[in-house]
Formats: sequence, structure tokens, C-alpha cells
Amino acid sequence: MLSGDKLQNLNVLAAQWVAPTIDYHGLAPELVVAGGLCLVLILDLFMDERKKWLLSVISSFTLLAAMIPVLTLALSDVQVRSMFDGRYVVDNFSLVMKGLFLLSGYVVILLSSSHVEEGEYWRGEYWFLLLSSLLGMLMMTSSRDLVSIFVALEFLSIPAYMLAAWRKRDTKSNEAGVKYFMLGVFASAVMLYGMSLLYGVTNSTLLVDIAAQVTGTGEFSAVHALAVVFVVVGFAFKVSAVPFHTWAPDTYEGAPAPVTAFLSVASKAAGFVAIVVLVYTAFPLAQDIWQPFFWVLSALTMTVGNILALKQHNIVRMIAYSSISQGGFVLMPLAVAGMSGSANSALRSVVLYMIIYATTNLGVFAVILAVSRKTRSGEISSFGGLFSYAPALGVMMTLFMASLAGIPPLGGWIAKFVAFQSLLSSQSSWAYALAIIGAVNSVIAFGYYGNVMREIWMRPVPDGDITQIKIPGSLALALGITSVATLVFGIFPAVGLHFADLAEIAGALSR
Amino acid sequence: MNMLQENNWLLSVGTFLPMVGVVLMMLMPKAQDQSVKLVALITSIATLAVGIYTAFKFDFDQAEKMQFVANEKWISVIKSSYLIGVDGISLPLYLLSMVITLLVVIYSLDHVPSPGKPKAFFSLLLVLQTGMAGTFIAQDLILFFVFFELVLLPMFFMIGVWGGEQRQYASIKFFLYTMFGSALMLVAFLALFFKTGAESFSIPYLIENGGSIGKNLQIWIFAGMFVGFAVKVPMFPFHTWLPDAHTQAPTQGSVILAAVLLKLGTYGFVRIALPILPSAAREWAPYIGGLAVIGIIYGALGCLAQTDMKRLIAFSSVAHMGFVMLGISTLTSFGINAAMFGMVAHGLITGMLFFVAGSVKERYHTLEISKISGMLTQMPHLGWIFGFCTMASLGLPGLAGFWGEFPAILSAYNPGAGLNETVFRVFMVIAALGTVLAAAYLLWLYQRIAFGTPKNSGHDSHSTHDELHDVTTYEWVAWTPLLIGILVLGIVPNLLFSVFDPAVQVTLSAFGG
Repeated sequence: MLSGDKLQNLNVLAAQWVAPTIDYHGLAPELVVAGGLCLVLILDLFMDERKKWLLSVISSFTLLAAMIPVLTLALSDVQVRSMFDGRYVVDNFSLVMKGLFLLSGYVVILLSSSHVEEGEYWRGEYWFLLLSSLLGMLMMTSSRDLVSIFVALEFLSIPAYMLAAWRKRDTKSNEAGVKYFMLGVFASAVMLYGMSLLYGVTNSTLLVDIAAQVTGTGEFSAVHALAVVFVVVGFAFKVSAVPFHTWAPDTYEGAPAPVTAFLSVASKAAGFVAIVVLVYTAFPLAQDIWQPFFWVLSALTMTVGNILALKQHNIVRMIAYSSISQGGFVLMPLAVAGMSGSANSALRSVVLYMIIYATTNLGVFAVILAVSRKTRSGEISSFGGLFSYAPALGVMMTLFMASLAGIPPLGGWIAKFVAFQSLLSSQSSWAYALAIIGAVNSVIAFGYYGNVMREIWMRPVPDGDITQIKIPGSLALALGITSVATLVFGIFPAVGLHFADLAEIAGALSR
Repeated sequence: MNMLQENNWLLSVGTFLPMVGVVLMMLMPKAQDQSVKLVALITSIATLAVGIYTAFKFDFDQAEKMQFVANEKWISVIKSSYLIGVDGISLPLYLLSMVITLLVVIYSLDHVPSPGKPKAFFSLLLVLQTGMAGTFIAQDLILFFVFFELVLLPMFFMIGVWGGEQRQYASIKFFLYTMFGSALMLVAFLALFFKTGAESFSIPYLIENGGSIGKNLQIWIFAGMFVGFAVKVPMFPFHTWLPDAHTQAPTQGSVILAAVLLKLGTYGFVRIALPILPSAAREWAPYIGGLAVIGIIYGALGCLAQTDMKRLIAFSSVAHMGFVMLGISTLTSFGINAAMFGMVAHGLITGMLFFVAGSVKERYHTLEISKISGMLTQMPHLGWIFGFCTMASLGLPGLAGFWGEFPAILSAYNPGAGLNETVFRVFMVIAALGTVLAAAYLLWLYQRIAFGTPKNSGHDSHSTHDELHDVTTYEWVAWTPLLIGILVLGIVPNLLFSVFDPAVQVTLSAFGG
């Protein structure tokens, strides 16, 4: 029961409250996606079963439509739109990432449509969940407050748990969903604990305030360190950094292939977005805490991911470990991001790596989906002799594998190169040590990427079955987009760097 | 550094023209093997024509300067640009790559190795050509790195798809070795970039500023580059990929590997490592020289132990590249000139030897030396050509091989300033011993294969008779230019030395003359 006094106080507060001005232009991408997902949900209820293919069309158009405000925002004169007292910010960083999420979401829809049509599962929910998760990612790019980051994280994760378990009569898919869910919730708990500590010591949830508080005194207590590490660990689960990666291979293998593509690209990128935002806006001067942490995380992630990938026979598991290892390269420049002069290039490197990795990895999944339509197998050996009966697919898979391995002139090399460059720009001996670990790892990685190429080009076709692969139109489109982009990013690196060259994240303390 | 910028479109056209051919081939329907071959032939002829035109336009009186320089924006964010140009060091190698590719294409018109797929085969050949030519013209470290790596994948597939029995093993070994080297090389490039003030990746800029880096650091950066280039050369103890790759590669792959790819490593030393990091080079020189002579002796002993003709030639490559590296390690203009000559000569001679080995394999269906004999009586032309090449390879005066080997040994007598004379004179003696061993294994090889009475190596006599046809027209067309080149360069070595020398002098200016 509220006493009279308090009630009065509340009344006064309520009278003082002014509705925040909402910049509808700034929120337009989120609003479009939100509208689209409601439409999909409602239509799904009333639509005739045979017409449900329309839902995929609506979903993909939703994402393309959401790209329009992203473009107009990018072209508008207002550089930074800050809403809700700086808790929700639209700046160039968030726009680039929104563009990446929308486009990779679009490609995932292209990958999914024939897969979803041919399965005997609930289609409407699939599109609805996918769009919800994407909406969470869009929110993540703009969140600059612990609460909104947490909400965005749950918004993008919970639909993803359900998507992973979407083939509900398949025990592997169930396992994928449950594992993902359990570890995800655990990670959230750790992160929330860190956040509560942060709130406890800084008395604010706004990242900029936290930055001022954490770094204002210039001294860190154990609580600060614990808080920073716990929050980062929460997201390390999301990006499947070693030793928080154990969910990834099982989830990737069990989930439907397009969902795996989505998880390994978009969901992972969202984790990196959160890490970057936190590091740059909440703990910019706490580098003594997070630099060594990222150093170890990065070295472990790329090495362990690589070594485990070498042993895989299943292509999706192999890609799962490969994506863990690639995550190590994304984290690499963060190990020096606190040093003067390296912050900018580290941000550039992380963004560029995510753009190129997303492109290439989606391409890999497009090929896997196309090939498994014929072979109905997930073994790497099912790619045997692919070049002899499906040369185009064989060449594309070769390009994607080479790009992941970082071989010029394909996209992956510039991503790796910029990561190394940023790392070494700090010129510290720790950076050189990590660079050499990275260099050795990029060689080891060729062991398994090269193995796929070897299957495609040099091994016989399993069972001599050389029936042609029929590629549905949407899959062909996805293949075309990803392979052209992989080549363009590699040969004209300036294209990718144009998007990645962001001065800063708005609201960050300048160093 | 002075740069001449006229006709700066020439090099780009020459380098990327093969890619046009690749695109054309890609667009062709699968079945049209003949037109695929035609496109490949026309493309490589056109490429060489552009190359020859470049040579005509090249101002030989100013061979020390970069010519046809183009400098376009490429990746401005990371301060790398599309900076290309050739001087007296690059031009001969640039042309060599074009000549070899054309000859290999001609040879392949008649000899697409099993399992066929001419479209893919010729496409890879042409991609390879772009990578090789690009490496020789790149004047920016990142551009250099991209081209340097561009050759890896085509070669990987060429060995892995069209190679011999152990091809998959050989191809992956080749790839992992070279990639390991280039990964460390890239780290070294980046360190160099930051230590020179993070201004530019352009090689001329780095040559001007690299000397200011502290000596200890230079030594470390040099180490990274050393691994990258030494794997490619290949120097002892990084050579173990080479015998496997050569033995398993199809003839065409072996020829290109020997004639051009190995030169990417030695070229890297001369173009990048030495002039940019002179003090480190001086520290490293005795070790490089030491590894080079070990390579010479080890390669020669390896040759004596081989029973497979192709493997023997591969080991002889290790020995010959040892002479090239010995010349480089003296840090004198005499030695580097010899090394440059040795690169071209080895390209022509060993390329030719691998062609012959390919033809032997095709006719006898084996490369086991013990199963072949009496080639001179069965196929006199092939036998004489083979004899000519072995003579050239062992360094007979009057043929090209001599001018690479002999001056390299001689140069070790008087190494550059600051190097220990005694050590290098010991190297000289050992290297000279190596030539004796070279004569031994090559003459022994020739004796076992060409002399004696023919054997009917296992299979029945009727078919043998048909298969043992002498040199075919395609082979003549592909081989004659190489044979003429070996002879002409042997008689008039100054043709090349006069082109190299001015540029070598400039390279050495970093060492104070």
C-alpha cells in the first residue's frame, strides 16, 4: 500500500513527465520490420495453406522496404540521432550494421524459402520468428543503455532458440534448441549479474554515464573488473568464443541449415555489435581489464576452433568450428583497441570482418543447401567430384572456402589483413605475439578449407551419382549475390572499407 | 626515385589480358574443347605480343629506372595503392613468364593431361599467368602480396587435379608450406609498414625509409620475409615440398613451377628484402649463403639417390636455386647479376628438362630411370634435345646455365663490404664442388637414359613401336624458342647482363655501393 505522501510524490512526478519526442525517421527501419512481422503473423492465421509461400515474399519485401529508411537515414544531413536521453542512438555505425542485418536476413530468407516450402512444418511461424529476431538485432545496433541492450539481446535470442528447434519431430533439432536455450539463458544470467554490479557501482544504466563513472576515478576496484568481465562473458557466449563455445557445434548441426546460416552470421554479428558498443561506449578507458581478456579469448578461440575443425567429417559441424575460429580473428584487434591510435582501426576491422564474413558464410550455406538437395547428406565427402557434375557450384564453393581461408584476391583476405594491420598498429610485443598466433592459425585453417576444395576437385563422385542439381531460383539468387560480393570485396577492397571506415560510435568518450 | 610514366597502361593490359581469356572461356559451352584451346592460344599470344611491345617501348638506356609506372588509388584507407612499374630486374622475368605460359599453352594443345577438362585447365593456366606477371610488376607490398598469393590456388588445383598418383598429398603440402611462409611474410610487411611511420606500402618509399629502422628490429622483420621467400625458392630446409610437388604435378605444372614460380622467391629477396632492410641483409647474408651451399650439396646428393627422372630434376632445382641464393647472399653487383641471370637460365633449362620428362613419361609410361635406355637410338631428336638440356643444366660454357653458375661461385670470392671473406670463400669451394656433383648426376642420368640398347620396358613390343614416336610438331613449336634462348643467352650473355646491371646497381645503393 502506498502511503499518501508517496502517492502525492508520484502524482507530482507524473505531472512533470513529458512524453519523449520520438524521431520517427530514426526508428523507421525498426517500425517497418515490426509492421512486417505483425502482418506475417496475422496473415498466417487466415491464409489458405497453399498460398503460404506468399509469406516468404512478404518477409523478404519487408526487409527490403526496411532498407529504404536505412538508406535515407544514411544520406540525411543529421549525422547522429539520439533518442530517449541517449539510450537509443542512430549513427553511422548502427546504420551500417542495420544494413548488414537486413541484407543478411534477406539472403537467409532466400536460402530458406525452398527449404521451408518442402518441409512439413509450420511456415508462418518460421517467418515470424525470423523477422522478430532480426528486429532484435536492429535494436541492438542502436541500444546505448544496459536495459535496452538486454531487451534487444533477449528479443533476438528467444526467437532464435525456437528457430533452432523448429524441426520439432527431429531429436537433433530439439537438442539444438534446448542446448542453445540452456547455455543462452546461463549467459544471460552471468551478463545480468555483471550489469547489476555495474549499476550498483555507477548508479546508472546509461552507457555513457557508466563510462564516466568507471573511468572517472581512474582506479578500478575488483567490482569494476568483475562487472566488465561478466558483461563481456555474456556476449562471448553469443559469439561462441572459446571457452564459451560448446553449444555451437551441436546447435549448428541440429538446427535446420538456413537457421544455422542465420545463427552463424546474423546472431553472431549481433553479439559482436554488443561487445563493440560496450567496449567503446561503456568501458573505453578500462582497457587494462578487457585488453588482456580479449587477447586470451582471441588466441584461444582461433586456435581451438581451428584444431577441432580439422577433425570434422560433417560439413556443417566443420563450418561451425570454422566460424568459431573466424570469431577469434574478429576479436583479435580488440586486444589492442584501448591503445591510442588503434581504437579506430580496431572498430573498422571488426565491422569489415563482419561484413565480409557474413557474405562468405552465407554463400557457403547456399552451396551446402544446394548440394544437399541432391546428396541428402551432411558429410564433407558428399561434395566429392562436385566440380565434374556441377562446375558452377564447385567453383563458387571453392571461392567461398578460399575467402574464408583468407587467400587473395577473395574477400576474406582483406578482412584478415585489416585485422592484422589494426593489431600491429599498436606495435606492442603482445600484439606481435598474437599476430603470429593468428598467422599460424590462418595456415592451419587451410587444412580443412582445403579439404573441402580437395573433395570438390580431386575426389570421385560418391556412388557415381552425377544427376544434375536443380537449384531453385531463390537459392540461385542468393548464390549470385554472395559470390559476386565475395569477389568484389576482395578485388576492390575499398568498397568494403568504405562502409567499415567509421570515425567512432556516437556517444563514445573520445580518447 | 625516378619514375617514367609514359605508356603506363601497357603493364596493366599485359597482366590482366589473360583474365579476359578466362572470362571468355567461362562463357563457352562445356563441349567446345577446340574453341577453348583456341581462346587460350590467342590470349597467350596476345599477352606475349603486349609483352614484346612493352620491351620495345622500354628505354634500355635507363634500365635502372622504373618505367611504365602507373599509380592509382586502390585501398587508400590502408595506404596501399595500385603502383606498378618495371625496371631492368623485373622486365626479363615479366617476359619470361609470358613466354613460358605461351609455350605451355602450345604444348597443352596436344597434351591436356588426364582427366581432361581443358576449360578448367586452360583457365587456371591463364589465372596463373596473371598472378606471375603481376608479382613482377607490383611496386606496392600489398599488391605484391596479392599477386604472390594469387598463384597459389591455380597451382594447387593444377597439381591436385591433373597430377600423378600422390597428387592430393603433394598439392596440400605445397599449399601449406607456401601459405605458412606468406603468412609470416605478411606480418613482416605490416611491421615494416608501421616502423616506417605507417605512411605507405610502396616499395620505393620503403626503400628510402627502411634503412632508418633499428638493426635488431630489421633482423626480425627480415626473418619474416626470409621465411616467406625462402619457402618459395625453395631453400634448404624449406625445400621438402618441392620434390613432391614437381614429381606429382603434370608436365605443364612442373614447367611453370620450375621456370617461374620459384623465381618469385628469389625476386622477392632482390626486390624487397635486400634494398629495404640493408643492415639486416648484411647480418643474414652468411646464413643465407650457408643454407644456399647446403642446398647445393644436398640437392646434388639427393639427385644421385633418385630413381625417378622427374624427382631427380626437381632436386637439381634445389641445387640450382642454391647457386642463385649464393649469388644474392654476396650482396655484390656481380653476385646479384649472376643470380638474376641464373633465374632466367634456370627457368629456360629446367623448364625444358621438365618438358622432356613429360614427353618421356608419355612415351615410356614410366619415369623410372632404370626402365628406360637407348633413347638416342629410339628417338634421336628427343635424345639430342635431352642431351642439350643436361649439358646446359650442368653449366657447360657456351650455354645459358654457365652464366648463372660460374659468376655466382666467383662472386663469393669477394663478398660485399662487411661480410666475412673467409666464410664466403669456404662457400665458394663447396659450391664449386657442387658443380662437379652436378656434372656427375646429370651425365649419369643422361648416360643411363640415352645410351645403351632400348629396353622393352615390360609391355609388348607392337604397341611400343607405335608409341615411341619422335618429337611431334607441337613439341617442336613449344620447345624451339627455349632451345634457342638457352643457346643465344649462352653465347651473348650480355643481352641480359646489360639489362640487369643498372637496376642491380640501384638496388645495391642501399649498401653504400
